[in-house]
Amino acid sequence: MQMHDILVVGSGIAGLSAAVTAKQKGARVVVATKSSVSVGNSVMAQGGMNVALGNASSDSVELHIEDTLKSSHNLADPKMVAKMCQGGIEAIEFLEQIGVPFSRINGARSPLKSIAQRKLGGASAIRACYAQDYTGLKILHTLLDRAINLDIPLLEGLFLLEIIKNSKGQACGGLFLNIESGETQALYAKKIIVATGGFGAIYAKNTNSKTSTGDGIAAIFRAGGELSNLEFVQFHPTTLKGSNILISESARGAGGYLVNSKGERFIDELTTRDIIAKAEFEQIIQGEKVYLDLRHIGKEKLETLMPQELKLIKQYAKVDATKELIEIEPAVHYTMGGVSVNENLEVVGLENCYCIGETSNANVHGANRLGGNSLLEALSFGVLGAKEALKNSDAKPMEQEINYRLPIKKGSDNFALFRVKKRLSTLLFEKVGIVRDEKSLSEALQELEALNIESLTIDDNPSNSTLLLELLELKNANILAKALIKSALWRKESRGSHIRSDYPNESKEFECNSKINI
Amino acid sequence: MDIKVNSKSYKIKKAVTTLLEALTYIQENIEPTLAFDYGCKSGVCGACSIRVNGKEQLACSYTPADGDTIEPIRYAKQRRDLLVDKSIAKSLIAKTKATIHSYKEEVLGVADEKKSEVQSNCILCSSCYSACPVVEVKPNFLGPYALTKTYKYTIDKREGEPKEHIDAIQSSGIWDCTLCNECTLACPQGIDPKSDIVNLRNLSASYGYMDPNFSNMGFSGGFGFDPNGGF
Repeated sequence: MQMHDILVVGSGIAGLSAAVTAKQKGARVVVATKSSVSVGNSVMAQGGMNVALGNASSDSVELHIEDTLKSSHNLADPKMVAKMCQGGIEAIEFLEQIGVPFSRINGARSPLKSIAQRKLGGASAIRACYAQDYTGLKILHTLLDRAINLDIPLLEGLFLLEIIKNSKGQACGGLFLNIESGETQALYAKKIIVATGGFGAIYAKNTNSKTSTGDGIAAIFRAGGELSNLEFVQFHPTTLKGSNILISESARGAGGYLVNSKGERFIDELTTRDIIAKAEFEQIIQGEKVYLDLRHIGKEKLETLMPQELKLIKQYAKVDATKELIEIEPAVHYTMGGVSVNENLEVVGLENCYCIGETSNANVHGANRLGGNSLLEALSFGVLGAKEALKNSDAKPMEQEINYRLPIKKGSDNFALFRVKKRLSTLLFEKVGIVRDEKSLSEALQELEALNIESLTIDDNPSNSTLLLELLELKNANILAKALIKSALWRKESRGSHIRSDYPNESKEFECNSKINI
Repeated sequence: MDIKVNSKSYKIKKAVTTLLEALTYIQENIEPTLAFDYGCKSGVCGACSIRVNGKEQLACSYTPADGDTIEPIRYAKQRRDLLVDKSIAKSLIAKTKATIHSYKEEVLGVADEKKSEVQSNCILCSSCYSACPVVEVKPNFLGPYALTKTYKYTIDKREGEPKEHIDAIQSSGIWDCTLCNECTLACPQGIDPKSDIVNLRNLSASYGYMDPNFSNMGFSGGFGFDPNGGF
């Protein structure tokens, strides 16, 4: 049995920053990821990473903390938010030193002072550090280059099936499906860091990578870890109608307008995402179309600030954003809830397992995440998670006997999976969407139960089977969808991104996390 | 619309705007076990690179046409249907040592950002590698994207040891390129690896390296200048 100090599951920005940090501290680290190393939501992050450098306006960590708490609707933990925001300085120094090609300003006095910053929604200062509109892409690839050159084994094509626990109930490894061979494979380590991302992709209409199916969250849940605040699903207000390609918040930060069919602006474009998404939803149900208007910003400025956006708008909406309106709609973008962790980022209910980034609910986003705080969380807590996991690492993992049956059965209807997947994702969007109520949530739960996804099987050779992968992801989606609906039913109030038409106001009674255990 | 995937014909009975939608249509309606990879659906993760009529494309951004022939990208082990093993990227990045070796504190400005802005748009889709004719005859060739990464780190003012990068790309690297431009044409991100390779050659010269092909040609080949004058 090969012994590692740390097993990182997931190769996004959170996972790689943890892996690089741990390796630089001398730990034996291994990274397992279900897809190829560069695939996932990280590379899709466009707008930026919030760090109160004050390069473009006066700013402070205190102000950043205050904005984040305000956006969370009193659900974030001030201590955790402070940890994240303060950690941002160390994180951005680290990124500067490994060579992230940030956008720059001229005439700065120090390296960090030269990083360009832009304004994003809900921020009281110009705070998001960026690399054009490829911020996530450039951070991820620079981290990847570093991880590879540090000789960290990056094992691709390993799908997390279960967290392996020892006789004391502590996490000591991961059981994976080796996608290429179609066989199971175990990896053991003293500590596990799960950074597999959120579960936005289980919704119809989402901006996420196909891979964001919450596999790590579901596996931890099955292993006894606690989940919390799953009902807080963030809808991004500016996605291209139909394709749901994301148009970054930087478009509004740069002065873009949101207008309806009559050409009227209907909301302050720089407020938080929950409020804008709801305002758009209200326009749409009144029969209006909703557009993003960038025309007045000017071609040159748009080309400098958001080259990727212009390309995407042209390619997928067939529109020249410098001259025409862009039709948009809100779509699922980010899941604020996830695995409950304590202040050291260790999973509540599962010792020796740590969770970072979108996988976790580290109590930093509450009911609504600020744009620019997800990259910050991934990096700040990626670095911190590795440090915490390396403390007291005297655990001695033992090989465990594991029986796992893949859901493969001769004669299964292979088309059923796609029908069921479509139903689940549509059900979530329609009945557990921007606005929900008791009736829609109960109906969704009932119909989900009737789909009986637990017993679904396929008929395929397990080696290199993307069909098998789809099914395993769907089974995780099923677990998370049910947990999400139950959490949404429990929260009889409206707060941030959780909007109940039958309970339209915030209630003091619910000023706490929803929690769910197996 | 009919498209061929690995020589097998499929009828797409639905209006699609991208090849990815066509592949998904086949999977959901005709052949559920069809294996292929994708991720972001917006051209930024590199997972769905593919060859259409012999040219590299991203399935999520290519608009298919009747009669299109789809096959996996080249020089990557085919695992099943359109699924390939792209893990060679890791070994190429390791061989070229593409990372900052010794951080030097430098205050960068807009001009520094612009110098490598396009190079750092790489999504690691391997299109350039698949299009490269040198890889076919020299499988050890470091290939376009790894060399573009090298160039990006070499010219970064924060790199205190640029020579480390130059040293790493002499063997099976920049001098093996034929400057045919196929990589540049294949890149979905508008990167120009050919020019980066030319620039790396010029930089190599300033570190005292010479084109080994040129020296071989002069002294041992059948043409060019022979210092022994044929005697």
